[in-house]
Amino acid sequence: MDFTLSKEHEMARSLFREFAEKEVKPLAIEVDETEEFPRETVAKMAKAGFMGIPIPKEYGGQGCDVLTYAMCVEELAKVCGTTAVIVSAHTSLCCDPILTYGTEEQKQKYLPDLASGKKIGAFGLTEPGAGTDAQGQQTKAVLEGDEWVLNGSKIFITNGKEADVYVIFAITGMIEKRGRMTKEISAFIVEKGTPGFSFGTKEKKMGIRGSSTYELIFTDCRIPKENMLGQQGKGFGIAMHTLDGGRIGIAAQALGIGEGALERTIAYVQERKQFGRAIGAFQNTQFQLADMATKAQAAQYMVYKAACTKDQYTKDHKTSYNVEAAMAKLYAAEMAMEVTTKAVQLHGGYGYTREYEVERMMRDAKITEIYEGTSEVQRMVISANLLK
Amino acid sequence: MKVVVCVKQVPDTKGGVKFNPDGTLDRAAMLTIMNPDDKAGLEAALRLKDQYGAEVTVVTMGLPKAEEVLREALAMGADKGILVTDRVLGGADTWATSQTLAGAIRNLEYDLIITGRQAIDGDTAQVGPQISEHLGIPVISYAQNIKIEGDSVIVERQYDDRYHVLKAKMPCLITALAELNEPRYMTPGGIFDAYKAEITTWGRADLKDVDDSNLGLKGSPTQIARASDKVRKGQGEKVNLDAAESVDYIMNKLQEKHVI
Repeated sequence: MDFTLSKEHEMARSLFREFAEKEVKPLAIEVDETEEFPRETVAKMAKAGFMGIPIPKEYGGQGCDVLTYAMCVEELAKVCGTTAVIVSAHTSLCCDPILTYGTEEQKQKYLPDLASGKKIGAFGLTEPGAGTDAQGQQTKAVLEGDEWVLNGSKIFITNGKEADVYVIFAITGMIEKRGRMTKEISAFIVEKGTPGFSFGTKEKKMGIRGSSTYELIFTDCRIPKENMLGQQGKGFGIAMHTLDGGRIGIAAQALGIGEGALERTIAYVQERKQFGRAIGAFQNTQFQLADMATKAQAAQYMVYKAACTKDQYTKDHKTSYNVEAAMAKLYAAEMAMEVTTKAVQLHGGYGYTREYEVERMMRDAKITEIYEGTSEVQRMVISANLLK
Repeated sequence: MKVVVCVKQVPDTKGGVKFNPDGTLDRAAMLTIMNPDDKAGLEAALRLKDQYGAEVTVVTMGLPKAEEVLREALAMGADKGILVTDRVLGGADTWATSQTLAGAIRNLEYDLIITGRQAIDGDTAQVGPQISEHLGIPVISYAQNIKIEGDSVIVERQYDDRYHVLKAKMPCLITALAELNEPRYMTPGGIFDAYKAEITTWGRADLKDVDDSNLGLKGSPTQIARASDKVRKGQGEKVNLDAAESVDYIMNKLQEKHVI
């Protein structure tokens, strides 16, 4: 067992850190305040190749491993949770299922533009009545001639209005399973601008406020038959497998948010004086910092382990990574919430103001316990593996 | 078109400067970066690659560790990296360094050589022009803009209060300013490719037409008496006044100190 990163990974980290400090950090407060999607930053990330890190070169990506991708999301999240999730949702939830389940034609058609960042990707599974209960889908797709006709809506879609390519799930029929009729779910690739595909309300969120979270509405939206992703009826499995990978991205985002809050707190407690001493000189502060740093380190190991396990899957198409991903997301998200809360506490009254970024980080952290499977879902995944 | 770019790995002065007990720089203890002027020179070369399909070869002289700066250049898009490293080349001043680099470049085909104006550790701005002298080619220093026209380059050379537009036939050498451009970032895939690429390593024996008397510490006419970190200026004084009051305040201070 070797915990040292390769020189390549170290250099990649220094690249991501430099980019985050120069290009992302200066805009983080503004992105949060204005709730504007940081288009210019995304364009810069596209130019630097950040929108296609784990996509093979043959499809226009960078051909790097999942660990490199996770480190990118981590470094971005240290300074801006919004920017991190834009990359994560695009890469893990749109590029990855097309790469894994797409036909060669679909890969050739969609991946080069997605991997180069010319186009942005999104993923639509959640509906008003289908959150953790993803089987509760209502959106339907009916085959008419050479087209699937979509009707229904999706909510809480990250990159919602800014994306160009969407992986959408819909019911394509009813099938008998163990004597019961259940919904047959299939996956589709839907392009922005398709007639009948429109946007509903924009969510006003607690955190990650620049990430363009929208409702997607499909009204007799006709898409070509060949835009079905994977086999008919395999949509639920595709969604679950995609989320297993997505969780590594969100775990990396949570990790970065926690680390970012810790870095700021370490700086603050050495400057802030009370009772004639820097508050970092008090043992309470020191012990709090020790706990925060220990948990952040533990989360980092878990996130990197999950990323490396997915890399193994990429090589052998056998290795399972869902438990590692669930554990990493569960732990990193709860670490992020705890560390950012402590960071605000150690900043005192100033920490509660928008002037100090730990306030935003605490708001950004909360979503990591909810989206791409709540912490409760992660516990279900982990325990199901223990009791199988 | 073939472009050779000379780069130097320099201490990242943001992390503070550290010295050995004998007063020389403790390079091993400091974080390193690609010298900013050199990075702009590399970016200029990479733009020529984007525009004209130029082949970009990056050369550095230094300790074996300087290989890192070549990997960075490759990760940005350079085609080849050459590391010139040898114990006998150690302790070189600008004269010995330019002799060494010229000796290496004599092995290469080139239309254009680009160096940074100066390195942030020595700040001499001598190596680039010296290389051109050794190679017998024209030099245009302090480039803030570079254009290619046929077999010539047209360069805007920065001056205190103006710029000069100069045209030179290639092959020639240009020294670049950090202000020349905004260097691109490495790409993640480029980094992994850069570590797979082979870096050519040359020693003393590979240098062409250079006399031993011009190399290393022995070949360096410069003797460094003492090196020191920049002396930090005082904290200064902060006052919060409106514009008119500020002007009066500053004028009084300047008179008080007999500046005006």
